[in-house]
Amino acid sequence: MRRLGWLRSTAASAVVAAAALGGLGGGQAAAQGKQLTLCWAAWDPANALVELGKDFTKQSGIEMKYEFVPWTSYADRFLNELNSHGKLCDLIIGDSQWIGGAAENKWYVKLNDFFDKEKISMDDFVPATVVGYSQWPKNTPNYWALPAMADAVGWTYRKDWFARPEIQSAFKAKYGRDLAPPKTYDELKQIGEFFQGHEIDGKKVYGAYIFTERGSEGITMGVTNVLYNYGFAYDNPKKPYQMQGIVNSADAAKGLEFYKELYKCCTAPGMTNAYMQEGLDAFKSGQVAMQMNWFAFFPGLYKDPNVGGDKIGFFVNPAGPKGHFTQLGGQGISVVATSDHKDDALAYIKWFAQPAVQQKWWQIGGYSALKAVVDAPDFPKSAAFAPQFLESMGIVKDFWAEPSYAQLLLDMQKRVHDYVVADKGTAQQALDLLVKDWTKVFKEQGKEVASQ
Amino acid sequence: MDTMTTILQPDHATIRGVSKPAKSRAARRVHGLSDRTIAWLFVAPTIALLLAINIFPLIWMIRLSFTNLNLSMSYLPLRFVGLDNFRDILSDEDVWFRLQTTAQFVISSVALQVVVGFGLALLINRQFRGHSFWTTIILLPMMLSPAVVGNFWTLLLQPQIGPFNYLISLFTGVPPSSFSMTGQVSLAPWTIVLVDTWMWAPYVMLICLAGLRSIPDYIYEAAEVDRASAWRQFWSITLPMTVPFLMLAVLFRAIENFKMFDMVNLLTSGGPGSTTELVSISLKRAAFEKWRTGYSSALAIILFVTVFGAANIYVKTLNKVKQR
Repeated sequence: MRRLGWLRSTAASAVVAAAALGGLGGGQAAAQGKQLTLCWAAWDPANALVELGKDFTKQSGIEMKYEFVPWTSYADRFLNELNSHGKLCDLIIGDSQWIGGAAENKWYVKLNDFFDKEKISMDDFVPATVVGYSQWPKNTPNYWALPAMADAVGWTYRKDWFARPEIQSAFKAKYGRDLAPPKTYDELKQIGEFFQGHEIDGKKVYGAYIFTERGSEGITMGVTNVLYNYGFAYDNPKKPYQMQGIVNSADAAKGLEFYKELYKCCTAPGMTNAYMQEGLDAFKSGQVAMQMNWFAFFPGLYKDPNVGGDKIGFFVNPAGPKGHFTQLGGQGISVVATSDHKDDALAYIKWFAQPAVQQKWWQIGGYSALKAVVDAPDFPKSAAFAPQFLESMGIVKDFWAEPSYAQLLLDMQKRVHDYVVADKGTAQQALDLLVKDWTKVFKEQGKEVASQ
Repeated sequence: MDTMTTILQPDHATIRGVSKPAKSRAARRVHGLSDRTIAWLFVAPTIALLLAINIFPLIWMIRLSFTNLNLSMSYLPLRFVGLDNFRDILSDEDVWFRLQTTAQFVISSVALQVVVGFGLALLINRQFRGHSFWTTIILLPMMLSPAVVGNFWTLLLQPQIGPFNYLISLFTGVPPSSFSMTGQVSLAPWTIVLVDTWMWAPYVMLICLAGLRSIPDYIYEAAEVDRASAWRQFWSITLPMTVPFLMLAVLFRAIENFKMFDMVNLLTSGGPGSTTELVSISLKRAAFEKWRTGYSSALAIILFVTVFGAANIYVKTLNKVKQR
């Protein structure tokens, strides 16, 4: 009996010691056993978010679990999850175009009351990101997400190639101007043509990398950068959903023709179905002089040992004859309505919205949309691409964010790819067919579509 | 501990006191079952699974095909739309174009696979040194996952670094980066046929090999006695006797290729433009990217009926050939 008593006391001490050690090593989380799952795309900023999330776990004791899916299947995977009212994600960083569907289908928790209670003001965030990532209906004070990852399309270029005297003089001899990052699309095309097939360090290089991907959203996210600047709009601002003569205007057709010319004249062989990763590969392998891509990748590119640092430069999407815009990217963070841990998820958003956290988010590779961070006097000097990012966020435009956005997007993917890559029909025919497709989608959605 | 005893005691009693008669009753019951009942007992789990996984979704899909359901707009009221979805599909030029693309892919790839597969079977049917080694090598592609095949062929066909273009360049002198097998409208349809043939010709070979090995030797011996040439033996014995097997291979491959999705999706995503967009890719896009559930259910039914009808006609023909 005495022996058993000794065993019991030893076991009890061991349990206490183990609990104490667990408390030291595992934080409050182990004690509370709380966990949140955050869903997002698998890319560079997601790794930064994992790092950032460690601070949240330290403070709250809530363990963070992540579900990251590659971009090519990101929309399919998570829209399926939301559609089926799954409980995989407590928090989701959903694409900007999902906001309409997510709000109408009640996939996300409406955050107005929470923002009021926690004194989180949307006026503290960059306006374009609030409209793009949080509001539905657009331009109304109905918030479904907190701007989490500001992003837009920008360009990188080989600063070291541009600076070479022999290249500079050859360019000047050919075009009568200095070789510099382009301000307009015509300049960009000239530079692209100049570098196309050029030999640099004994290696054949190509002019530019642009998005051409067919399956998800690639070519649309690429072509809109040109279309906006040639006069394309989604509908008549005075008559919503009136697309005839706007989407398929003569100017828009010229813009589409220009994108095709750019694709034909200045891209590397085989870039018929290429998106973000292919662009990064092409640039990192020293294949192209200029690359279209999302700002989100620029911190990683800047750190690249082969093409980063002094070798890389950045420029804002060039202007066109009818304006100067760029495609909005980025996402807001939302609480999934079917989550069993809504309070904890809201606690995460409250934590994430703090200026200190947002500052760190920017420093470690994320893109904050908080004005306190991006409007700070030292922000433009905080990264090589910060000034271009700031300028871009002032000129962004986004694709439709309607609940039917997926249909609208896939229709555009098809029509644009058919024309640009598969040489089918004319630009005007492609846009006319697009108007027809979109009209059908909106009518199915029960919208009034004016033809003129 | 006391509680445990209380709970356990009646069970022990049951086991001790009642188990023997219960066992014998159960045995009697089993003995009393008819063969038909036992057969049903064995089949019941399978039928239940079949009902749950196949039949119920099929019936549900038929129901949905008459509705306007769009899962990305599930807040809209669900309406019965009659045959509208079917009418939309059958009057859509794009759908007909996709069906045409699919038919071209199925016919070209199956034809090529039959020729290559039968040729390989004739070669492998002979005894030679390293026979087992070569058989294994030939069979390797069909053992790979279509996703793996799609990915590595994408790399092989890459115009700048892929060895395929360099190989073509070696024989033709055409610069390797001047053409893109997956990116050109004229080449992409043939590329998917080529890759599918590479992967599945060994499967046809296996079926043909079974056919070739089922031909009794004495028939050839009799032909030899009659001094029939090798060519004559092939036309009069080998080919006619392997035709049922060839037809079976055609049936299996045609059904599989009609619903081909993964490999083509990885190779070309249906592109360039919509050049290689098979009807299965269209269906997936409509159902799981556009979320047009009603429309895609109708399309799935049309495809099901097409494949089912064609396969039935084919099987009847196959049976006639066998009877001959």
